[in-house]
Amino acid sequence: MVQERKPGILVLGIGNILWADEGFGVRALETFHGRYRAAASVSLLDGGTQGLYLVQFVQEADYLLVFDAIDYGLEPGTLKIVQGDEVPKFTGAKKMSLHQTGFQEVLSAADLLGDYPEKLALIGCQPLDLEDWGGPLTAPVRQQLEQAADIAATILGQWGAPCLRRSPGESVAPLLGNDIDFASYEKFSAPPEA
Amino acid sequence: MTVQTPNGFTLDNSGKRIVVDPVTRIEGHMRVEVNVDEQNVIRNAVSTGTMWRGIEVILRGRDPRDAWAFTERICGVCTGTHALTSVRAVEDALQIRIPENANSIRNIMQLTLQVHDHIVHFYHLHALDWVDVVSALSADPKATSALAQSLSPWPLSSPGYFRDLQGRLKKFVESGQLGPFKNGYWGSKAYRLPPEANLMAVAHYLEALDFQKEIVKIHTIFGGKNPHPNWLVGGVPCPINVDGIGGVGAINMERLNYVTEIIDRSIEFTNQVYLPDVAAIGSFYKDWLYGGGLSSQSVLAYGDIPEHANDYSAANLALPQGAIINGNLAEVFPVNLRDPLEIQEFVAHSWYKYPDETKGLHPWDGVTDPHYELGPNAKGTKTNIESLDEGAKYSWIKSPRWKGHAMEVGPLARWIVGYAQNKPEFKEPVDKLLKDLGLPTSALFSTLGRTAARALECQWAADKLKHFQDKLIATIKAGDSSTANVDKWEPKSWPSEVKGVGFTEAPRGALAHWIKIKDGRIDNYQAVVPTTWNGSPRDPNGNIGAFEASLMNTPMADPTQPLEILRTLHSFDPCLACSTHVMSPDGQEMAKVTVR
Repeated sequence: MVQERKPGILVLGIGNILWADEGFGVRALETFHGRYRAAASVSLLDGGTQGLYLVQFVQEADYLLVFDAIDYGLEPGTLKIVQGDEVPKFTGAKKMSLHQTGFQEVLSAADLLGDYPEKLALIGCQPLDLEDWGGPLTAPVRQQLEQAADIAATILGQWGAPCLRRSPGESVAPLLGNDIDFASYEKFSAPPEA
Repeated sequence: MTVQTPNGFTLDNSGKRIVVDPVTRIEGHMRVEVNVDEQNVIRNAVSTGTMWRGIEVILRGRDPRDAWAFTERICGVCTGTHALTSVRAVEDALQIRIPENANSIRNIMQLTLQVHDHIVHFYHLHALDWVDVVSALSADPKATSALAQSLSPWPLSSPGYFRDLQGRLKKFVESGQLGPFKNGYWGSKAYRLPPEANLMAVAHYLEALDFQKEIVKIHTIFGGKNPHPNWLVGGVPCPINVDGIGGVGAINMERLNYVTEIIDRSIEFTNQVYLPDVAAIGSFYKDWLYGGGLSSQSVLAYGDIPEHANDYSAANLALPQGAIINGNLAEVFPVNLRDPLEIQEFVAHSWYKYPDETKGLHPWDGVTDPHYELGPNAKGTKTNIESLDEGAKYSWIKSPRWKGHAMEVGPLARWIVGYAQNKPEFKEPVDKLLKDLGLPTSALFSTLGRTAARALECQWAADKLKHFQDKLIATIKAGDSSTANVDKWEPKSWPSEVKGVGFTEAPRGALAHWIKIKDGRIDNYQAVVPTTWNGSPRDPNGNIGAFEASLMNTPMADPTQPLEILRTLHSFDPCLACSTHVMSPDGQEMAKVTVR
């Protein structure tokens, strides 16, 4: 009997951690990593602002889950979950993804190369402040990180890759080192400009 | 009103104003406003941008050994080059010497970035300024095959290959999902290639997209991961273990051989695809020699790629160092990044405050004090600018100057400096390309010249990759596997107050970081990036910057389709990702384009 291969899942956080709420995607990924142990078929990627350079990771993924800051003109901190064909439509229709028309371009590029993810979901968050260069996440966005991580865990469960909630005090290898992890970064961040 | 700038441009802002404005950004955004005369020729250009104006705020008080991880996040494209510049600045301040292998591996990382960035820039961010995707749909695959085979021995060139590709492209366009191709002015008169050349270029667009992922594997091997590879003050973070046992993640012969294979494929792709494409495209745009801007008069290169470790003097750098001013190629001046009178940043037209804005500040003494206000002739509001007043402050980018001169940096600047220094490895390929195209040396000073210099540099960098890879393997085989010097790792071994500077040649131009360290922590950190040089606003004397200069006197086929503006700005490979709107003079949106 041929053993069926588990679909490879990529959980991708996008954004610039140096730029206030632009950092949502990467910080949400970090929060997810801190709260859940994902199945072996799941990889996590801090995509930063790599844009088109992420195409190979998208190509390799059977299922793709993305955290990103999005601008739907909603209340700051509102989470928006979009799935399937709606993802590229949403990111392309207007300035939905703040990372360039980019992420839609990445998806299209993967499509052109003939490797489009079978399943696709976007967990977006409406930012409050994008002007504060060097600033921390704003409170409404920071308050949504755990919720965003929980939603990701639910979606991964629905995709057949259930996550294990980590026990309190479990030691977790950091996703980001060298003082740019969430806690260290925020510790030194300047308050927003008046 | 007509104004003569000290650097030789006649600015006339009386004609119709065209505004190219952003909607989004990655590292910063960019906006350009131009005035065109009645013949639609650009007679005034105003470039503005938001840049990472607060890196010093972010870094102050942090551990200098971590600075690279922050600076790696400044830019989505040249992550590694900022990290390298940062570790060099810290090593310079603390006088840390790195092992020879670390120097070779860093050069391999940096050259890999050059090759990767140049290929991706040309095919994915710039080619569509020259190539009409929609026209490719009407190409004859057989004729395309004949064209491709006449240019290069590259094997992917059969009629069937181009037919299949055209079919895929057609399906894609018909689905209404133009994706990466959606922001074009397809059908514009400013496009000149025949359908077959367009189809060939689109095929190579896709091949390059597929191939670029191989190139970055070199970063994964030496940097531990990609994106965001790891760096280390004192060397490189990858141990070498040629026997291949123990040491998880260590560099062994198998991995080194894999790197060699990728390098060989990069050389092949550059020689057989990238360069022939640039020459072929260039042959159709030989009379479109606009966009030279400052390149024919003032260019600057810091130099990079030290042959031997720890020697950053010009003689030891494979990429040339020097400054040329007033168009005098007979004299290349040395550049000293420590001299307070050479590199200075001005803010007379930038949204910052200095105690005395007629003077510039050297980056070690740099001040970043935001002060956002619109000039009296600006239109609109602070949150919704309709048009800027270039007589006042109008950009978040400061104006760096070298001895008071506005300078262009980047591949073209590097190649002009190397050419002027009569270095055969720079001069010969330039002369050959110009001869093949039947163009004079002066043609180099153009948008096309900038694009061609980048292609030549990609070829040069791929060959240099091979050199440092061979050197690394030879050193390792001779028994030296040292990759890091940790003698001064502990802050207690540092003096209480030091300062340093690190520099590189990023794919898009000269990059330097200046650091001051006090009691083991960062006290001041200033970075002057290539796009600050090229995208700078006017200085107190009225000299315009490289972007602004490059747009001057360019005729536009249709001002509502600013293809010529995008083509020239893209040729600088600006490190600003800019989706832009084209606005009509009354601020109404007319079209949407992407500038990068």
